[in-house]
Amino acid sequence: MELLAQVEGSLSAVGYGLAAIGPGIGVGIIFASYIQSTARQPESARLTQPFVWVGFAVVEALALLGIAFGFVFG
Amino acid sequence: MGGDAVVAETVVLAQDDLPFPPSVEDFYLPGLFGAYPWITKFTLLVWLAVAAIIIFFLVAYRKPKLVPTFGQWIAESIYGFARKNIAEDLIGHEGVRFAPYLASLFCFILLTNLFGIIPFIQISPNSHIAFPIVLAVISYVLFNYVGIRRYGFARYMKNSLILPAPFFVQPILIPIEFVSTFLIRPFTLAVRLFANMFAGHVILLVFTLGGVVLFNADSIFVKPISLVSWAMAIALTFLEALVAILQAYVFVVLTASYVSGALAEEH
Repeated sequence: MELLAQVEGSLSAVGYGLAAIGPGIGVGIIFASYIQSTARQPESARLTQPFVWVGFAVVEALALLGIAFGFVFG
Repeated sequence: MGGDAVVAETVVLAQDDLPFPPSVEDFYLPGLFGAYPWITKFTLLVWLAVAAIIIFFLVAYRKPKLVPTFGQWIAESIYGFARKNIAEDLIGHEGVRFAPYLASLFCFILLTNLFGIIPFIQISPNSHIAFPIVLAVISYVLFNYVGIRRYGFARYMKNSLILPAPFFVQPILIPIEFVSTFLIRPFTLAVRLFANMFAGHVILLVFTLGGVVLFNADSIFVKPISLVSWAMAIALTFLEALVAILQAYVFVVLTASYVSGALAEEH
C-alpha cells in the first residue's frame, strides 16, 4: 500500500492538549466565581479564599494527571 | 527545497549535540560520588533544605526581641501565616496544635520547590515522585490518625463515609466517598506537587535547549528566534516562582482541610 501521510512518534502532546480543555474551563469558572462573589460582597474575600485554592487544586489535578500519564504511557 | 534541508539540518544538530527534546531521562541524575551512586543531587538538596530550615529558625529565635530583627520578622511571619491563616482559619481553634507541622511542611515544600529556579541548583527534589509521596503519606497518616483518635475507628468511618442522604443512594455514595477520601486524596496530593515541579522543569528545559537548537540552525533567519525562546525561559522562571509558592500553599491548605474534615463532628 502506498503511504500518503505518516505520523511518527507519540501523540501524547495532542492528547494532553485535549485533556487540558476541561480543567482549563474549570479553573476559569472557579476564578470567575471568586471575582464575582468578591465584587458582590467584598468583605467575604478573605473567607472564600482558601476554598478558591482548594477548588483550584482539585480541578487542576485533572490536568496534572494528564501530564503524568502522558509520560507514563507515552 | 532549501527550507526542507535547513529543517533537517536543525534536527540533526539537535540530536547530536543536545538532549533535545527533553525527556524523563533528564531527571535521573548520576551519583555525585562514584562509590556511592545513591548520593545524588536530590539527596544533597533534601538534606540542604532540612539543614537550612532548622538553622534559620534556630538563629532567628535564639535571642527573640520585642522589636524583631529582620530574620526574626521573616520567621514570625511564616509561622504566623501557617498558624493564623491556615491552621486557625481552616481547622478552627483546636487547629493551633497542628500549626508546627503545617509550618514545617510549608517551609520544606517551599524551599525544595524554589530549588527548581535558584541558579546553579535549578532542579527541585519534588520533581521526583518519591519525595511528594513521602510528604503525602505523612499528611494521610496524620489526618486519619487524628480522626480515629477522636472518634474511634467505627465512628470515624461512619463520619467520613456516610453522608446525610436518602438510603437508596447510599450504595453508590459510600464507595464514591471511600475512593475519594482514602484513595484519591493521598494520590492527588502527591501527584499534584510532583507534576507541577516536573512540568515546570520540562518547560524550562524546552525553552532553554530549544533556544540553543535554534541558535545552532544554519539559516540566518532562524537564529534570532533563539532570543525569543530564551526570553520565554526567563519569563517562565518567574511563573515557576509563583507556582512554587502556590503549590507549597495548596499542599498545606489541603492537609489542613483534610484534618479539619477528619475532626468535624458530622457532615
